Amino acid sequence: MKKLKTPLTLSDLKKLKTGDNVLLSGVIYTARDKAHAKLLNEKTPPDWLKGAVVYYCGPTPPPPGAITGSLGPTTSGRMDKFTPQMLSKNGIIATIGKGGRSEAVKTAMRGRAVYFAATGGAGALLAQTVKKFKCIMYPELDAEAVYELEVENMPLTVALDLEGNDIYRRDK
Amino acid sequence: MREISADKITASVAALCARAAVNLPPDTLGCLKECKAREAASAKKIFDIYEQNAQAAACKKIPLCQDTGTAVIFLEIGRDAHIAGDVYAAVNKGVREGYTKNYLRASIVDEPVFERKNTGDNTPAVIHVKIVKGNKLKIILLPKGGGAENMSRLKMLTPADGVQGVKDFIVETVKLAGANPCPPVVVGVGIGGGFDGCAELAKYALTRPLGSKNKNKKYAALEAELLKLINKLGIGPQGFGGKTTALAVHVEYAPCHMASLPVAVNIGCHSHRRAEVVL
Repeated sequence: MKKLKTPLTLSDLKKLKTGDNVLLSGVIYTARDKAHAKLLNEKTPPDWLKGAVVYYCGPTPPPPGAITGSLGPTTSGRMDKFTPQMLSKNGIIATIGKGGRSEAVKTAMRGRAVYFAATGGAGALLAQTVKKFKCIMYPELDAEAVYELEVENMPLTVALDLEGNDIYRRDK
Repeated sequence: MREISADKITASVAALCARAAVNLPPDTLGCLKECKAREAASAKKIFDIYEQNAQAAACKKIPLCQDTGTAVIFLEIGRDAHIAGDVYAAVNKGVREGYTKNYLRASIVDEPVFERKNTGDNTPAVIHVKIVKGNKLKIILLPKGGGAENMSRLKMLTPADGVQGVKDFIVETVKLAGANPCPPVVVGVGIGGGFDGCAELAKYALTRPLGSKNKNKKYAALEAELLKLINKLGIGPQGFGGKTTALAVHVEYAPCHMASLPVAVNIGCHSHRRAEVVL
């Protein structure tokens, strides 16, 4: 199992092949449908986006005494419309979600970003890898706000590597 | 006439919301175990994660999945029961309490197109009412996640499309859904009943215990054949490949217009959560 730590660099990504299981540690940021639309409407992109790992996730509220609630991945395909711009305008380096990506996203990612799959429907388990959790943007969106997470050994699978190999292709 | 108070309905619905979000029902857990047994090593590992997740959720009392769903509620009201007060308000109050007090996610927006403002408490619920024999009230809660719901489809086939057309449409729907709805999926199918009726039947089909069969032998055979065809797609758990693309296929049917053959396919995820109570 490969271990990765944010901030990720292109040379980190070059070592990854589709199908690899990795353990990610460091800081990542949640954003889903509404946060994407808002982020791309900002006049100047917030600094944290440059080189960021974006996690498509809308967590449940943390119960008292817990760091976070349940927080598994949501369907990535809904963010496909925004992803090419998130790469070109905002310079994100990786995304985490579940399910396949569009051809446009694959083309935009090639050579510059990877896509990781987290286990859909395993939000209770994934919550245990989160050490810090705070809202940094759009608190009015509740579950759809941007949260900064510090994760430790978050289990992920490389779903699209730098060469564009796709784990979801059934004819491979 | 037997009296059932609105307060009792509210308290029961709140308790169902809390239970369904955290505890995977025994039939779902059992089915996941059975399917795991026939998988190869890599797919087995994903089933292990599902089991570990169910244990973590039950032990830490946090939701199995961050998508705690739309609260879809089926009420089967006995015709000899009398509910004092507004049954819809009582159910929605229960959903409000169940979701906010148990830190479940509020996922409902007030209108679909313009502002899409979150209502903050997961109301309103989607409520289906059926009047049945007896003096009891059965409440079934199906917390329905958005990812799997989005992969559902409905088509008005023609009588000439026949059983082959029905099978093709259902299998194609699961194929197009691919990895998106968190496979292995549960496939709820409604056939007949018109445009509205087939969709409600498909949803209701998802409330049936996994492994149950349609009482009509022809439809039971159709369920078994569809499960085989769908599992041949090879999508597998999380879409990474495997023998289990669906845990079950449940078909419900109703009479329909002689010109029509409506088919609705409602997809449910592997975290197939339900809870019910009889008052």
